Amino acid sequence: MTMTSQPTVLKPGRPWEPTAKERGQKLLNFLISLALSVVLLFTTGLNGKLGWVIAFFISFLSVTFIAEYRRAGRPAAQDSILTSISRFAIFLAIIPIVSILLTVISKGWRGLHWGLFTQDMAEATVNDPIQNGGMLAAITGTTIMVGIALIISLPISLLTALYLTEIKGKFARPVRFLVQAMSGVPSIVAGLFILSSIVYPLTGQRNGLMGGMALAILMIPTVARTAEEVLLLIPNDLREAGLALGATQWRTVAMVVVPAVKSGLITAIILGVARVIGETAPIILVSGGGEANNLNPVSGPMGSIPYYVWKSFLLGGTEESTQRTWAGLLVLLVWVLLLFTIARYISSRSQKR
Amino acid sequence: MSNTITPVPRELVTKPRRSDQLFRVIVTAGGMSSLIILGLIFAFLAFRGYGVIRTEGFGFITNSNWDVIEDENSDIISQDYGLAAMLIGTILSATIAVIIGVPIAVLSALFLEFYSGKKVRAFLVALIDLMAAFPSILFGLWGFMVLMPSAEYWAKLLNKYLGWFPVFEVPFPFFTRSPFIAGMVLAIMIIPICTSISREVFSQTPLDRIQAAYALGATRLAMIRAVVIPFGRGGIIGGAMLGLGRAMGETVAVFTVLNIVYQVNWQVLFGAGGNIASLILLKFGEADREEVNALMAAGLVLFLLTLLVNAIANILVSRLGKTGR
Repeated sequence: MTMTSQPTVLKPGRPWEPTAKERGQKLLNFLISLALSVVLLFTTGLNGKLGWVIAFFISFLSVTFIAEYRRAGRPAAQDSILTSISRFAIFLAIIPIVSILLTVISKGWRGLHWGLFTQDMAEATVNDPIQNGGMLAAITGTTIMVGIALIISLPISLLTALYLTEIKGKFARPVRFLVQAMSGVPSIVAGLFILSSIVYPLTGQRNGLMGGMALAILMIPTVARTAEEVLLLIPNDLREAGLALGATQWRTVAMVVVPAVKSGLITAIILGVARVIGETAPIILVSGGGEANNLNPVSGPMGSIPYYVWKSFLLGGTEESTQRTWAGLLVLLVWVLLLFTIARYISSRSQKR
Repeated sequence: MSNTITPVPRELVTKPRRSDQLFRVIVTAGGMSSLIILGLIFAFLAFRGYGVIRTEGFGFITNSNWDVIEDENSDIISQDYGLAAMLIGTILSATIAVIIGVPIAVLSALFLEFYSGKKVRAFLVALIDLMAAFPSILFGLWGFMVLMPSAEYWAKLLNKYLGWFPVFEVPFPFFTRSPFIAGMVLAIMIIPICTSISREVFSQTPLDRIQAAYALGATRLAMIRAVVIPFGRGGIIGGAMLGLGRAMGETVAVFTVLNIVYQVNWQVLFGAGGNIASLILLKFGEADREEVNALMAAGLVLFLLTLLVNAIANILVSRLGKTGR
């Protein structure tokens, strides 16, 4: 720390922060391993982007190991290995998501046009020019089915969460366990269940209502668990204050507890919607997969965005169908991103308060 | 003269009011809904699939033929349902996913919890959470169109250098749409959930033990090895099993990436295989009544399998904190 001539207030030191020398050493390590990786690339059989990444990883690992060994001995050198490996792991984990986002955006925007939101596929096939037909049926169908799923699953999930946090009955542990188990139910099993319990014995018809019910089964665990988490965050003081004022438990829950977690419940709903909006397998089985715009969930097949993507992918093979696939995926992705951002915004806002 | 008034003890009412009783009944009934739904799923799938399972017996999960033979009037002459090939395929692709995905996820969680700065962590956690919300069809199509070409190249490398190992052999060079590539896509799909569970587990490590380790002069590696890993071992295994359960039940991503062939295939680099969920999706379109029942039975097997794996996983994760040093 440099001393100045005039009597100033001493700045608190930050001995844990890296000094300029250490930073220089780090940069040097990085540059040396970069150079080494290029050398490796030319002298050995490694090639391509992946080859380079591996070469860089190996050289970075060894360069930092040697540097740390010279600086602080063996334990520090071993420590540097874990540091490098964990950095490499997070890099590997992030690559796919970045790649997915970039691919969908770069390939999807070419298939976008206004007709996508005003026309359905009733008079167009997936291999028609991209201007014919659109996703209207898919978008309305997904909206309706997710809406039905929400109407069914919200009361059930809320009651489950209230049972776990407010009643705390003797079955609380098994119920929590079952809700967690339910979140692992494969989506296709939900579809089979709706088929075997309702479609075959009762209605004999595949429609939007069935799709909504299948989605509801997949939605309940997500909403219930998120709702339980936010209900647990409510301080007990609030509940006790309500009871001390003479309110019954029912009124305390309805007028104090639930209003206090309103934003948390909205987050739970949004996460639930994001969970089911792209579900493909149950929709293919039970909704019938309509091409024409159908706003009636209890009669006739109903389309959905995942079904649109699925069909364009399977029946296609032409330039146009590929464009349709990616455009559909882009619409789906935008929807998920939007829901996700709103959920994040709401939960971060409620945390600040 | 005064009458002695014998004091009557005040009645203490602990009985909840009518409205509260009703409230408790309704909420308890709602709380049981998950039990009811799971029970109904089991009951209906078992009811539909019972006939097939009874005729096939134990062979339903040990045989590996799935044949429906019809004559020219499309009347069924014989049918044979055995799930073994797809059962093995399910376990195989999910295992590959866990082998590839879990180490990456656990190390990523270590990085996020102990190595990264606050801002970097918030950003990366948001990104990984977002990835958890991606629909499976997105992973499937991305895997098919983007990952497949590079994955095929890696598969060839593996075959070239490790081909002497029976698992990496191929009967003839056909590397596209193999269980290896499907497992890779599944690995990418389970990374978010494994990462977030491992991170949750690591963040519960008692701070005093971490600081004690540092105070004794431990490096980060030594601290993690001595404190974090022993404390979180159960949670890490639980997270891995949760990922295994997810990977087993995945339908669309496997259907798009894998070349679904009804055969037992152990050679992970060879382009043939399948899993139960994708079999159901594949056969459902043209299945007749009896085959639909067989598919329901297959769904039942898948349901019970994922339920079992999930149950073990949840027990392991929730038991955390009672063990460890």
